[in-house]
Amino acid sequence: MILDYILRRLGLLFFMVLLLSIFTFSLSYLFPGDPLSNLSGIPDTNFTQNAQLEEKYLFNSNYFMQYIAFVGRILQGDWGMSFASGSSVFAHVVDLIPATLELSIYALVISVVVGVPVGILASAYHKQWPDKFISSTAMIGYSMPIFWLALLLIMVFSLKLGWFPMSGRVSLLYEIPASTGFILLDILLADFPYNGMAMLDALHHLTLPTIVLAMYPTTVLVRFTRESMLKVMDQNFIKTARAKGLTRGQLIIHHALRNALLPVIKQIGLQFSTLITLAMITEVIFSWPGIGRWLIDSIYQRDYPAIQGGLMAVSLFIIIATIIAELTYTLLDPLSRNQAHGKV
Amino acid sequence: MHKLLLALISLSLVGCIDSKEEILEEKNQGLVYCAEANPVSFNPQVTTTGSTIDIIANQLYDRLISIDPVTAEFKSELATDWKISKDGKSVTFTLRKGVKFHTTSYFTPSREFNADDVIFTFSRLFDVYNPYHFVGDANYPYFQSVGIDQLIRKIVRVSDHQVRFELFNAESSFLANMATDFAVVLSKEYAMALKANNQENLFDQYPVGTGPYIYKEYRRDHLVRFYKNADYWKHEVTLEQLVYDITPNGTTRIAKILTKECDVTAHPSSAQLSILAQRDDINVERETNLNIGYWAFNTERPPFDNLKVRQALVYAIDIDKIMQAVYYGNGLRAQSILPPTSWAFEPQKNMPSFDPQLAKKLLTEAGFPKGFDMSIWAMPVSRIYNPNARKMAELMQSDLRKIGVNVNIVEYEWNTFIQRIGEHRHDSVLLGWAADTPDPDNFFSPLLSCTATFSGKNPANWCNPEFDLLLTKALDTTDLNLRKQYYDAAQSMIIKQLPLLPIAHGMRFQASSADVEGITLGPFGAISLANARKR
Repeated sequence: MILDYILRRLGLLFFMVLLLSIFTFSLSYLFPGDPLSNLSGIPDTNFTQNAQLEEKYLFNSNYFMQYIAFVGRILQGDWGMSFASGSSVFAHVVDLIPATLELSIYALVISVVVGVPVGILASAYHKQWPDKFISSTAMIGYSMPIFWLALLLIMVFSLKLGWFPMSGRVSLLYEIPASTGFILLDILLADFPYNGMAMLDALHHLTLPTIVLAMYPTTVLVRFTRESMLKVMDQNFIKTARAKGLTRGQLIIHHALRNALLPVIKQIGLQFSTLITLAMITEVIFSWPGIGRWLIDSIYQRDYPAIQGGLMAVSLFIIIATIIAELTYTLLDPLSRNQAHGKV
Repeated sequence: MHKLLLALISLSLVGCIDSKEEILEEKNQGLVYCAEANPVSFNPQVTTTGSTIDIIANQLYDRLISIDPVTAEFKSELATDWKISKDGKSVTFTLRKGVKFHTTSYFTPSREFNADDVIFTFSRLFDVYNPYHFVGDANYPYFQSVGIDQLIRKIVRVSDHQVRFELFNAESSFLANMATDFAVVLSKEYAMALKANNQENLFDQYPVGTGPYIYKEYRRDHLVRFYKNADYWKHEVTLEQLVYDITPNGTTRIAKILTKECDVTAHPSSAQLSILAQRDDINVERETNLNIGYWAFNTERPPFDNLKVRQALVYAIDIDKIMQAVYYGNGLRAQSILPPTSWAFEPQKNMPSFDPQLAKKLLTEAGFPKGFDMSIWAMPVSRIYNPNARKMAELMQSDLRKIGVNVNIVEYEWNTFIQRIGEHRHDSVLLGWAADTPDPDNFFSPLLSCTATFSGKNPANWCNPEFDLLLTKALDTTDLNLRKQYYDAAQSMIIKQLPLLPIAHGMRFQASSADVEGITLGPFGAISLANARKR
């Protein structure tokens, strides 16, 4: 049964990736300019170069063969060259994705650490003032556009109070070799005389973007945990337990929590894809050197190979993350395996 | 769980080890300069982009001679002495001894600077047998536009520390051109080492010079990092490290200086100066600067090849409005292509003024009674001569709409922009020029000569033999009065023919933290951080 489920999910993954690759391939025709330049990233080719590229990209064959050649190159890591920088798009993607991931992971951790307990707290004091306060605050956080929140925080904490920097990952004066791409890890790994200060500086730089990015998923988790807890608390086995004379704390910890957190776990997984999308906005505002900022710069510079590569990388990542989240959830919740087909 | 806790505790402990003294020490070690664009290259010979020259020219390299910004006299640098022959056709430089080239991760010099390096550097510009002449498309925009590559007959090695430049003819601006930011001296030994490995293409990207700082790394759209040259021949360099934070957005640059993420910022716009002036911890420097912001037409492309069309367009523009909205009173309205501080400046009486009626009439005469569609390319970065080209283009767009001309504003990333202008893909462009020497020729030859057209520097794509003859005559004489006459004629020819409309001369601004000192901003040439230090 579980094998059947996993196979179906992998089938879905395959289908999604297939569609994505067809879409990415067709972009080179849909973008203005020469499709061959858009694919290869080499503008203004001369005659010999053109002939070589046509041969490499099977441009004299039909679209299907061109697509096959395209997939072959994608798998080999040949994603073309960026118009703007002249270097490999794949190298850019590999270089930039860790920064985006890092920011998203920290934000997710914050949102779980803050969101779930606060949600539980709200449900524990249902309809009392802590619940009302938490729910209304979460509502405000949920409805606030994140770019606005980002600008507000920059204005108050960077420009007015000068507590936090407003751009980048670490002060540029610290020369940290990028070995993993995750700044905190890189600092720990680097043999550097000012390790401690660099670490503090990096944490300083991380604070505002992480808060901004964590705002949305935190409020979602608060609301979701609260709802889920309330639903469980309303069930008969809880009422029985209460009738037996258990305290509120005992009820929540021993009985309600396990049942209520299962759907929350699924929600956490799903939040990751939203996070990556929100991370792009955050990156632009905080000049965070991740893939989102690069993608938006590429759009501005009409760098078609980079737009193609960047879109593909981000979409692939979101598809894979969602499937993994679903699989993990299924492993934890045997009941859900009965839904063999994908559900939105 | 316990392991996680342990890791967190050790992490916070690491943070406490460093003492306050070290924090102070670290702060003094480096300076962050917020630059407005990526460098195009790391060799000033192959580019004229001001943003690039600001980053590399004075930091990584030295020249044979320089010009004193106050007295306008030549000063010795790598050349301790220079003699010009009586006929003016040969110049002999005596070179400084004991100057070392940079030792970097990719090159370790085995000898000191000598005559071979000078010969190698300058023969690259014109000698087809120089192994590097054709590296990077054989394009040396500044030298080609001022004709240095056509001027030098040969360079003779007199001794280890003496070289003689033999010229085809005496030219009054030769020494001035040798003192520009482009005439830096490169290492022959390094070039040959690269050639031996077939890596010539790295030469312009991984620099080796004799300047106060040594190249360390460049990450596109992110940073450029230099370290101190401990062996600098001229003086002790105070800063351990110099980092350029690439920040194209002007507002972000200002915000970064307010939050102390940058110590110095390039080109704050006039509109932001009032905010900066309120802060005690930030210094704003203003320096008059030899420059011109202009609107150039692609004169080879119809209908801009028609003088009447060009006249109609310039009469339709309200420059007073531009001066207020773009320069905020910190610019000077142009009376000629030369700024008033230049000795050859002559205010032009027939400078076009705002007259939409006349513009409409001229357009009808030119055969476009209903107007036409055109593009104005606006620089995406703010420069001294034009702090906000986008806004200027928008104002022009609304003025031109009134005479029936529909304008499409085009913008690209700065380096792509410059490259495409060089390929003459534009209808018209808002651009400018900041002088590299006080010599007036620096405004004419690089911008409007025929050779500049071929090297892709002439944004008006204008080649007028009569105009070129005036420039040549002016260069062939050392008689100042005669030169001024020729330049007068050249200035009035520009206004008559209007390949470009001179708009304004801007001031150079620089904002820096109050604890930074020793930054050199001159009336011409790029910024120098050789003496920069933190208090």
